[in-house]
Amino acid sequence: MRYLTQLFSGLVFGVGLALAGMTSPQKVLAFLDVSDQWDPSLLFVLGGAVVVAAVAFHWTLRRARPVLEPQFHAGAARKGDAGLIAGSAVFGVGWGIGGYCPGPAVALLAAPWNAEAPFLLGGLLVGIASHVVWEKFRSGETLGKEP
Amino acid sequence: MALAEFLQPLAGGFLIGGASASLLYFNGRIAGISGILRRLFGSSAVLFVERLLFLLGLIAGAALYEIDAGTFPVPRADFPAGLLAVSGVLVGIGTSLANGCTSGHGVCGLARFSMRSLVAVGVFLSVAIATTYIVRHVFGIR
Repeated sequence: MRYLTQLFSGLVFGVGLALAGMTSPQKVLAFLDVSDQWDPSLLFVLGGAVVVAAVAFHWTLRRARPVLEPQFHAGAARKGDAGLIAGSAVFGVGWGIGGYCPGPAVALLAAPWNAEAPFLLGGLLVGIASHVVWEKFRSGETLGKEP
Repeated sequence: MALAEFLQPLAGGFLIGGASASLLYFNGRIAGISGILRRLFGSSAVLFVERLLFLLGLIAGAALYEIDAGTFPVPRADFPAGLLAVSGVLVGIGTSLANGCTSGHGVCGLARFSMRSLVAVGVFLSVAIATTYIVRHVFGIR
C-alpha cells in the first residue's frame, strides 16, 4: 500500500507539472525573464499548489500519524544554516540558465529522446553526487539521514 | 492575457499541491524532488523502492499528459549543450546544499509557513530572475 500511494502521488505530481507547463523550459524562462513579454502563469502554478497543500497539510498534520506509516517524516524546523542561502543562490543560477528545476528535469525522462535530457540530467546527477561525496568527506557523517 | 491561459497553470498547481498532500497524508513524507533524488541511494531497500516509485510515477504522469496532449517539450536548437550540463550541475549542488528546491521549499515549505523555506524561495527566485536576464539579454543566449 505504501508503494501504491508513492506511485499515485508521483503520477499526480507528474501530470500536474506537465499540465502546468513546467516541463517546458521555454515557458519557465518566459516566467523568469520579467523584462521581455513576461509570462506570469507560473505564479498561478505556485499559488495553486501552495494553497491546496497549505489547507491539506494543516488538516493532515493534526492527525497523530499518516495513514500508512507510524510517524510523519516532515521534519521539525531545522536550525539555520549557511547552506540554505548559498545553496539556494547556486540553485537559482542553474535554474535561471537552463530553465529546469529538479521536478521538470526528472520529467524529461517522459520523452528521453529529447536532446537536452542527457546533458541536463547528467549534470544534475553529477551535482548531487559531488555534494553528497563532499559532505561525507568533510564531516564523516552520512548525509541523507531520514529527517 | 485571457483568463483561460491562467486556468491551466492553476489546475496544474492544484494537482502538484494535491500530490504533495497525498504523499504527506498517506506516507508522511514531503514531496521534495531534490531530496527524493538525493536520498534515492544509501537508504533501506524499502525506501529506495518507495522513492523510485514516486519518481517513476512522476515520469509516467508527465508522459501520460504529453501523450494525451500530443505535444512533447521541444529541445532548443541553439542552446549550448555544455551550458545545459553546467546548469544541471548547479541545480544539483544548490538544491542538495539548500536541502530543497521548488517543490520542497517552494510548495511544501511555504505550505507549512516555514521561514527557512520563504528565505530559500526568495533567494532562488530572485537569483534565477537575474541570471535569466544576464544569459538572455547580456550574452544573447536563448
